[in-house]
Amino acid sequence: MPAEKMTGAKAVLKCLEAEGVEYVFGIPGGAILPIYDALFGFKSLKHVLVRHEQVAAHAAEGYAHATGKVGVCFATSGPGATNLVTGIADAYMDSVPLVAITGNVASSLIGTDAFQEADITGITIPITKHNWLVTDVRELPRIIKEAFYVARTGRPGPVLVDIPKDIQNAEFEFEYPTSVHIPGFLPPVREEPRLADAATLIQGSTRPVIYLGGGVRTAGAHAEVFAFAELIGAPVVTTVHGKGAFPETHPSCLGMFGMHGARYANYTVQHSDLIIALGARFDDRVTGKLSTFAPEAKVVHMDIDPAEISKLVTATVPLVGDLRTLLPQLTEAVRKAFGAKGRPDIKPWLDKVAGWRAKHPLKFTQEGQKYILPQTAIDVIQTKCQGKAIVTTGVGEHQMFAAQYWKTSAPRQFITSGGAGTMGFCLPAAIGAQFGRPGELVIGIDGDGSFQMTSQDLATASEWKLPIKIFIINNLFLGMVRQWQELFYDNRFSETPLADCPDFVKLAEAYGCLGLRARTMEELPGVVDQALAHNDGPVIIDIRVRRQEKVFPIVPAGAPLNDMIDGE
Amino acid sequence: MVSDMESTNGNGNNQGSTHTISLLVENKPGVLHRIASLFSRRGYNIASLTVGPTERPEYSRMTIVVRLSSKTVEQVVRQVQKLIPVVEVRELSPQDLIERELMLVKIRTPEKNHAELKALAETYEASIVDVSPESLIVEATGNAGKLDALEDRLRAYGIQEICRSGRIALERGFKTLAPPALK
Repeated sequence: MPAEKMTGAKAVLKCLEAEGVEYVFGIPGGAILPIYDALFGFKSLKHVLVRHEQVAAHAAEGYAHATGKVGVCFATSGPGATNLVTGIADAYMDSVPLVAITGNVASSLIGTDAFQEADITGITIPITKHNWLVTDVRELPRIIKEAFYVARTGRPGPVLVDIPKDIQNAEFEFEYPTSVHIPGFLPPVREEPRLADAATLIQGSTRPVIYLGGGVRTAGAHAEVFAFAELIGAPVVTTVHGKGAFPETHPSCLGMFGMHGARYANYTVQHSDLIIALGARFDDRVTGKLSTFAPEAKVVHMDIDPAEISKLVTATVPLVGDLRTLLPQLTEAVRKAFGAKGRPDIKPWLDKVAGWRAKHPLKFTQEGQKYILPQTAIDVIQTKCQGKAIVTTGVGEHQMFAAQYWKTSAPRQFITSGGAGTMGFCLPAAIGAQFGRPGELVIGIDGDGSFQMTSQDLATASEWKLPIKIFIINNLFLGMVRQWQELFYDNRFSETPLADCPDFVKLAEAYGCLGLRARTMEELPGVVDQALAHNDGPVIIDIRVRRQEKVFPIVPAGAPLNDMIDGE
Repeated sequence: MVSDMESTNGNGNNQGSTHTISLLVENKPGVLHRIASLFSRRGYNIASLTVGPTERPEYSRMTIVVRLSSKTVEQVVRQVQKLIPVVEVRELSPQDLIERELMLVKIRTPEKNHAELKALAETYEASIVDVSPESLIVEATGNAGKLDALEDRLRAYGIQEICRSGRIALERGFKTLAPPALK
């Protein structure tokens, strides 16, 4: 591509075009005006105007989650940029590739406490893989090229490029670089992977368990994981981001384990003699009390990020690398080990796991209940969707009910805020996911508290007539906190009851969306049908559920993983 | 540049022995901030940190001394390695370590003690670099142990101010921390 004279602002758009960006989520403001001016009439990039920058970041995340591509968001300086911070932090915790581009005050004003000035590169250092303040327009193409490369390569994550207004206005000869050279990025792994050692451990294990995290989705290694799991025959447990890494309808899959995992899933991990962790990071929400975690288990830990190895649980055999290339090598090594020394007899172990599963199923009893249970609501929605929807969630009880009861069988079908636990994630993520996968059914499972944190962006969804369906599991509480208050704070419900306000049906209508409500079991199936049949814009469904229903089982904070509390 | 930062978010990482970590970083604005931010966020206590130019103008070398368990130091190195401006990072092995520190000590003491102090300084291969009727400044270089010992001896004379540079270090022999392309 020959050099072409243009402004920095136009160059930003040309860079995004060269990166294949389809959608940008953002809001204009003073310090990013030149970029928005260049955007006016710029054909190859669609901009989605949101109503709050946090939504821009989460929508970009939703898009990235749903497609595997890099999400992009724009914001202006100062409060525009700081409003992105929650979304950037969320993307950092969940390894979501995100490029945030912010305008800043002119270079001459930086450091003077100018109007709408914020040190956004300083602020986002701990929550980005890297960030850049552009000080010379001639460096802009290289920086944006590097930004996309860093965001998507290795363990993905967010990056931020801050562009002062004078740099956006400056003219230069634009040329997009064709290659990237970053000496300090992704140093080569120095040791050969210890595949034979890992295979020996697997061959010698009679109580193995496979633990899948979000890294499987990131690597796109579902087929490789399936082949590996089929060979070993071990039970499979997942994190919330591991949902869809392995079909949850498969008999080997025990679903999510951890704080709200099924009793049988947690027992399996606790009693195992070998944990094979693939693309996971032993978060405290899955391990429970670390010193009592799986006391007899050796650990094979495969991850692309060497800093995750032995961070919390010491790996007996660490395997650093991309799951998609490394896991088939392990599968082959195990096949050889089985061939040479025979398969271990894991039948008694599988019987034991089956026994736990039969004795302690995840269950709820709607019969005899006056009100709809949240679990029932999710079950009915799932049945009506035939399990095919892309699900986004907020954060709270509804999220954990969805994680427990929604059977996810394909990758990138369950989109949630895991590491950061960001309330308000559901609607923006649904918006982003629907843009990313336009022909598919996108539904949100949200809570009444979570929904209200970003509900203003119903305007965005309505404007674009996105056929998303947001089911609000409404218990008029900040339910997860209320649950902890009931269980661990002596029923002192400090600031958790929410007023029956706003009327979500009227709110939906005010935004030009369809609003529906189900209060009883009789109403529920019909309302869900009606919601799913409406494709001319968003639908908000207010499902009134039993207010005191709690997520069980639960491992209290700081307790061992097998020390679970059950329901009433 | 020296720092003696106390971790404010101590997470129990701060027990352990002294380790010297050497970093080769890009000589760009904000790099120190990125590294200090990582240490602070993860609760790694920095005992001393020095940074200065290297044989190549585009890189700086940092020497960071931490008091942590060996396991935590491995984590520190892996986390630091992820920072993009960090081209190389390694814990220097204690056996192969040549480490030096510079110390300036201002002592308020009558002139009659000056001769005695000069003799003491010579024992430690230190020198007197400033003399006034009421005070003098001693300059010393060496490893931390030697400087600690000298500091102890000088205390009796009335130390007014101490400035220590923090440690710099290289490994003995041919091993280097050069950027990969240069090896």
